[in-house]
Amino acid sequence: MAVESNVIDAAGPYDRAKALSAFKLGDVTFYWITRLSAISVLLILGGIIISLVVGAFPAIKEYGLSFLWTQRWAPSADPPVLGALGPMYGTLVTSFIAMLIAIPVGLGIAIFLTELCPQWLRRPIGMAVELLAGIPSIIYGMWGFFVLGPFLANTFQPFMIRVFDGVPVLGAIFAGPPSYLSLFNAALILAIMVLPFITSISVDVFKTVPPVLKEAAYGVGCTTWEVVRSVVIPYTRVGIIGGIMLALGRALGETMAVTFIIGNSFRISSSIFAPGTTISAAIASEFAESDGLHQSGLILLGLLLFVLTFFVLAAARLMLLRLEQKAGR
Amino acid sequence: MNPIYSRRRRKDIVIRGLCIAAAAFGVTWLALILITLLYNGLTGLNLQVFTENTPPPGSTEGGLLNAIVGSLIMTVLGVGIGAPLGLFAGTYLAEYGRNDKLTSVIRFINDILLSAPSIIIGLFIYGAVVVPMRGFSAIAGSLALAVIVIPVVVRTTEDMLLLVPNPLREAASALGLPRSLVIKRIAYRAARSGLITGVLLATARVAGETAPLLFTALSNQFFSLSLNKTMANLPVTINNFVQSPYAYWKQLAWSGALLITLTVLALNIGARILGAERTAK
Repeated sequence: MAVESNVIDAAGPYDRAKALSAFKLGDVTFYWITRLSAISVLLILGGIIISLVVGAFPAIKEYGLSFLWTQRWAPSADPPVLGALGPMYGTLVTSFIAMLIAIPVGLGIAIFLTELCPQWLRRPIGMAVELLAGIPSIIYGMWGFFVLGPFLANTFQPFMIRVFDGVPVLGAIFAGPPSYLSLFNAALILAIMVLPFITSISVDVFKTVPPVLKEAAYGVGCTTWEVVRSVVIPYTRVGIIGGIMLALGRALGETMAVTFIIGNSFRISSSIFAPGTTISAAIASEFAESDGLHQSGLILLGLLLFVLTFFVLAAARLMLLRLEQKAGR
Repeated sequence: MNPIYSRRRRKDIVIRGLCIAAAAFGVTWLALILITLLYNGLTGLNLQVFTENTPPPGSTEGGLLNAIVGSLIMTVLGVGIGAPLGLFAGTYLAEYGRNDKLTSVIRFINDILLSAPSIIIGLFIYGAVVVPMRGFSAIAGSLALAVIVIPVVVRTTEDMLLLVPNPLREAASALGLPRSLVIKRIAYRAARSGLITGVLLATARVAGETAPLLFTALSNQFFSLSLNKTMANLPVTINNFVQSPYAYWKQLAWSGALLITLTVLALNIGARILGAERTAK
């Protein structure tokens, strides 16, 4: 002991106990700073739920469950009549159409990147897709408003309306007149937006397939498509579905890409070329100028959206987690 | 050739073609968006954009100075608040609570917040900050951005720290270094470029965020540095100008959009280069 304390004394004026207690204090402080920061993540979620429920409370009390199936949205009526059916319909329809386009294309790009693409092209295309994911959503919205909307209204929409005119069901879905502002335009922009998410997650999960499995399949004479269909996709099914759900979560909650081009109409129309609205677009375009029950109704819409995306995202995460565990084993 | 073989071959070729078409489709969109953005943005981009404030309705004189400054202030504040919190939280998940039940709960919730709709974050800050403070303010906008930064930084910090090899930590502990210093001096240093990458990605994410600012910071036609008042910012200014009837405002919106996109792309590419350096080492 004597020798040791001599060494410490020689090193400086501090004695050992003092130095150790300083370390200990630093240790405990740092531990608690990090722990409290970690807990703050939970507090944020709690805060979101509480502030939404508190804000939505007047509307819940006023409308109750009928909020869910009322189509009329008349905030300036006396008393205001508010119903979520229009925005909910718009949210679900635009997301559905967007996924219908984005899933096959996104998976196609992923297959191209992992199985077909020459090595030298892989990085640039992969990078381009990732950059597409980084562009802020308002840029998509603006581009949709100025470029894509007019283009679709002048070419694609009249074509579809003409082709399906008189056909039962489809004729009603693709009914005129062509419009710059429509559910379909919004859905197409959404599809372009979520495409990179689906692609990059699919590429990641495709890479978890053990090469031996693929080589064995090629070895018995399978074509590329047969390898993808019977080896790669079955092996990564859970991960792909997780990625798709993640993209769906994005599509459901996306605001700025949709707000400009959906037309903000609360009426439900059978045609996808008619204007509509989504929950997030309704909040974005009306919230700043709203008050009282109208504002509370918009927050209630937000709460509905949060609950919806929470379940979709939670399901997505659970699936991806399961895949990670499988890959880890 | 055997008809079964040729049928399989044909099917394979068709599907390959479709996959290539899909890739071309994706890349085409990116190219189209960038080209129109460059074309429209560059035509209106001049010195005036950087030196003058946003014009009043109908005027054809003016720039985006107040919006650019406001965006910079709020982004820096948002990242300044969110990044340390996220960094510490990620540190807890990776270093202290590795096998904790709490950790898996926090990680799960964090992943959900990571992709939660940003407009919901705006509503949350509206209820939690704007209403009690009785007014829209730049500080509310910064807090909204901070809430978006946190999950991104938590995620990357945890991932990067988990990549630091354990023997490094064990060696440091064996030399008598206390736990907090092992983390600060050894783990942080080993993961430094990864941690910076995470913060850059988070900055890129919030630099163009519009929805959470719409009813927190709102916007301001004038130059203002006060954090208690509404503050102009690029995304909301673009949002207002796009839907306006004035050609000059639309022109400014394109210029602003170009500025934001270039910033975000530069941040993303910077983050990627840093990340690539790391793996190359």
